[in-house]
Amino acid sequence: MRIIEDSQVLEALSSAIQKITYHCDPRITEQIGRALEQDPDEYARDVYQAILQNHQISATDQIPLCQDTGSTVIFAELGNEVLICGNTLQEIADQAAAQAAQSCPLRASIVSDPLFKRINSTNNSPAILHIQQVRGDRLKLCVTQKGGGAENMSFLTMFTPATPLEDIRESIIQSIIDTGSRACPPLVIGIGIGGNFERCAVLAKRALLEELGRANPIAEYADLERDILQELNSRGCGAQGMGGILTAIAVHILQEPCHIASLPIAVNIQCHVHRHIEVEL
Amino acid sequence: MRQISLNLPLDDRQISDLAMGDKILLSGEIYSARDQAHKRLIQILNNHQPMPIDLAKTAIFYCGPSPRRPGQICGAIGPTTSYRMDALTEPLLHEGLKVMIGKGERSPEIGKLIREYGAVYLTTFGGISAVLSRCIVSCETFLWPELGAEAVYRMVVDKLPCYVAIK
Repeated sequence: MRIIEDSQVLEALSSAIQKITYHCDPRITEQIGRALEQDPDEYARDVYQAILQNHQISATDQIPLCQDTGSTVIFAELGNEVLICGNTLQEIADQAAAQAAQSCPLRASIVSDPLFKRINSTNNSPAILHIQQVRGDRLKLCVTQKGGGAENMSFLTMFTPATPLEDIRESIIQSIIDTGSRACPPLVIGIGIGGNFERCAVLAKRALLEELGRANPIAEYADLERDILQELNSRGCGAQGMGGILTAIAVHILQEPCHIASLPIAVNIQCHVHRHIEVEL
Repeated sequence: MRQISLNLPLDDRQISDLAMGDKILLSGEIYSARDQAHKRLIQILNNHQPMPIDLAKTAIFYCGPSPRRPGQICGAIGPTTSYRMDALTEPLLHEGLKVMIGKGERSPEIGKLIREYGAVYLTTFGGISAVLSRCIVSCETFLWPELGAEAVYRMVVDKLPCYVAIK
């Protein structure tokens, strides 16, 4: 059994949150730079230039990339030979969110009661934590800051197994296009297929955090990813809805077995401020 | 793309001269207001109390900045999604509001109202908040500090880049 002190986990999480506040996925910078070279649309070019400038200023002046510093979402892969001493992972995650909120500082964007009181928790706690137990003696933490605007545009559909693939594909594409500029395109799209009602939503979020632009290892799913991406970029919405060639930067699908009666599909939408990082202890 | 520098307040002539897609570099005094602040402003109107902001002379920016560090004028700042304010916009237009700044599409009904009232809806880019923070000359909490990011902030902006989306 390997023992990890809670303070080590807290420090790793706090510094991870701090880092992604000022540095988004570097592959976003590459893709936006490429679009700037290729896209003739003058409005879209205005957007690309602003995004690239934002990456620079945020990193040098330590001003958050986006004022919506998001919900703190963490996927933890906890080795079955690891013992975390002291606080629970949830308590540590909440402390890390609160610590980063104070030290950066981040915007307090979480209300404690969702429906009636809507009083701000003032420190961005609680974090949203998903724990998966895996073999081994390591603790892997995937951390993201997820903004509210793009999250609001996400959706889940319980398709029936008889639904033709073409209908599913069109439903996903049109629903994303209908979000227009509200989710801050260029987008990253995470799609969870299968599992069950809650599981496909978690898969969709997890899919966002995979290496940007990676292909699903199964050819049919990889083809579907590529197809949806191409179609999204051919329908003219473009960066910030201003037109041009880049509505989405990547589409990632994760799939799991599901019930014979079901075909749940969740689509989690991410804005161009794609902030995520992986740390291992 | 036509680019125009404008200073608030805007008169009717300046608004009617704008065309869809114009890039505006907007300067002057503006106020932030998002969901909760809109609800409270409308409550003030419903209670027949005086409106604390002269809506005809300013712009409402749908935003909630991140906190500033010591020495900074403001933290990160950028638009929130405007459609959430659609159900809360007409009373403010009726009160004289002429300029709204946000991101994303509005409902067709709100588009029609904005035109009827001779107002203009400007969009600015989401997620370029470090860039936009450089356009902020001053920023102070104006109303309801207990709302945190959802409070009303009074800001002076210099050449805030926006685009005419509805007029």
